Amino acid sequence: MSEAAQSTPVADERIKEISALRKALIRPELGGIVGTIAVFTFFLLFAFDSGMFSAQGAMNWSIVSAQFMIIAVGACLLMIAGEFDLSVGSMIGFAGMMIAIFAVTLGWPVWMAILVTFVLCTMIGALNGFIVIRTGLPSFIVTLAFLFILRGFTIFLPQTIERKTIIGGIKDAAEGDWLAPVFGGKILGGLFQWLGDAGLIATFTRGSREGQPVVDGVPMLIIWATILIIFGHILLTKTKFGNWIFAAGGDAEAARNSGVPVNKVKVLMFMFTAFCATVFAVCQVMEFGSAGADRGLLKEFEAIIAVVIGGALLTGGYGSVLGAALGALIFGVVQQGLFFAGVESSLFRVFLGIILLGAVILNTYIRRIITGER
Amino acid sequence: MSSDKTPIIKMQNIEKHFGSVIALAGVSVDVFPGECHCLLGDNGAGKSTFIKTMSGVHKPTHGEIMFEGKEMHFADPRDAIAAGIATVHQHLAMIPLMSVSRNFFMGNEPVKSVGPLKLFDHDYANMVTMDEMRKMGINLRGPDQAVGTLSGGERQTVAIARAVHFGAKVLILDEPTSALGVRQTANVLATIDKVRKQGIAVVFITHNVRHAMAVGDRFTVLNRGKTLGTAQRGEITPEELQDLMAGGQELVELEGSLGGTV
Repeated sequence: MSEAAQSTPVADERIKEISALRKALIRPELGGIVGTIAVFTFFLLFAFDSGMFSAQGAMNWSIVSAQFMIIAVGACLLMIAGEFDLSVGSMIGFAGMMIAIFAVTLGWPVWMAILVTFVLCTMIGALNGFIVIRTGLPSFIVTLAFLFILRGFTIFLPQTIERKTIIGGIKDAAEGDWLAPVFGGKILGGLFQWLGDAGLIATFTRGSREGQPVVDGVPMLIIWATILIIFGHILLTKTKFGNWIFAAGGDAEAARNSGVPVNKVKVLMFMFTAFCATVFAVCQVMEFGSAGADRGLLKEFEAIIAVVIGGALLTGGYGSVLGAALGALIFGVVQQGLFFAGVESSLFRVFLGIILLGAVILNTYIRRIITGER
Repeated sequence: MSSDKTPIIKMQNIEKHFGSVIALAGVSVDVFPGECHCLLGDNGAGKSTFIKTMSGVHKPTHGEIMFEGKEMHFADPRDAIAAGIATVHQHLAMIPLMSVSRNFFMGNEPVKSVGPLKLFDHDYANMVTMDEMRKMGINLRGPDQAVGTLSGGERQTVAIARAVHFGAKVLILDEPTSALGVRQTANVLATIDKVRKQGIAVVFITHNVRHAMAVGDRFTVLNRGKTLGTAQRGEITPEELQDLMAGGQELVELEGSLGGTV
């Protein structure tokens, strides 16, 4: 059927040539790229001497950004598939609390606590998706209900079992566990030691850790963020399933007519979002050594903001994982950078609001060029 | 035409009841390869129900469907698509935010293996899309051009080209011209003509007699769930078709008062 057509196409006089530069610029991530450049320029100018760009400072905002990235990847794919998850923040608190209850209160091995929590939380994600698919209700409402339900359990369970809202002692429980370091450990310690010895990064000059570098490795949190971004990007842009994600969010009915299993795609994306929230929770619990009932508050909105700064369309069908990652980076750098710059921390919200508005206006403009929307 | 050939699809005395409502009360249509069979009817005549029966969405209450000489029972639309019956819906065919090539292969993505991964073969998809669009006379700026930037007629053409590429033997077009301008309509009609010449049977649903007359080989009129007969091209005038669609007399009276503008 697809024998190559020999006829050369007649150029359409109504189609203007588009320059290579313009073509390279016009992409969904442009808003995120511009925002990232703007934010880094700003802080390089105003906070260069503050230690923000030393190894320790960079690690500080990298970790914060990586946290945003982990939940932004999930939120991004789900949003492109046409749905929202407002229960991400509560899911983070809930997942952390379940690990603490399993590992500390019930005394399970930590690896088992982590695995069971992953299964439990992705199942709750699936339930979210299933209710949305079955009832046809907006995911906004369904996941809003789960925001309250999960948060309620996160406070109720430790209070009932342990008579407190923070469960500690996870560090001791995780000692010698094989799975815990995958979330709470650090890698490349040798490289940083070498950098420290070579005088390229700061080292401790006193105390028991004298001679050791101040930054002693890359936390697994950052590795997870990187893996999830690469995974999400490849899944979305380079696979068959990625095409289904776009299709499910773009027009579910048209996608169904073409044989795309829309319901399956949506439920899987709810599960993936819950998975990302759980990764975040496990990393956090392993780092702090405790689980608190208030963990993850407002994270769902931070994830959505990062995704929207990154160029995704709130109504679905359009967006980019790389853009969402850049949105998360902007978020993290601004939050920590203002602290380094010595700016009153309440101004963080002002700054963030301006960036959000600017990025979204730019994104809308770009998207109209690409998709021909009016 | 082509009375020596066997029809690729033959639907006989199809009845479809929804509870107490009789949507189709004995419809018989046969379609030959390479012909454009126009199915005309006013709103509520049963056109939609009929094509949904043909494309496997509904099961007929009575009657039989012969496909390539064999009796067929489609369990669902996937069955019908697999057999080679493709439907192009009026609105629900393309996703404006996605590129032409992503739309073209939606649900049928080509896959290449890169190591252990199975990736969407964008190069192949882009090449085929450009190729098929060129055959239909549409010059794309690029395969990554979003469908939203195409006109309504071009979108229909992409949908038709897609169905043809994926091996449709019977192409059902559900009012492809009803929302289009004059020039776009002409483009879609030209596309229908091209598809027909490739030997594909086209079922063209419309309530516009002029559009039907432009490309149709045979015409079947549906009225109140029944077929009022099939006419060959040249055997019937547009006015007669119009009368049949509207149920005759009422329109004659109406036409009188409107001065022949309908």
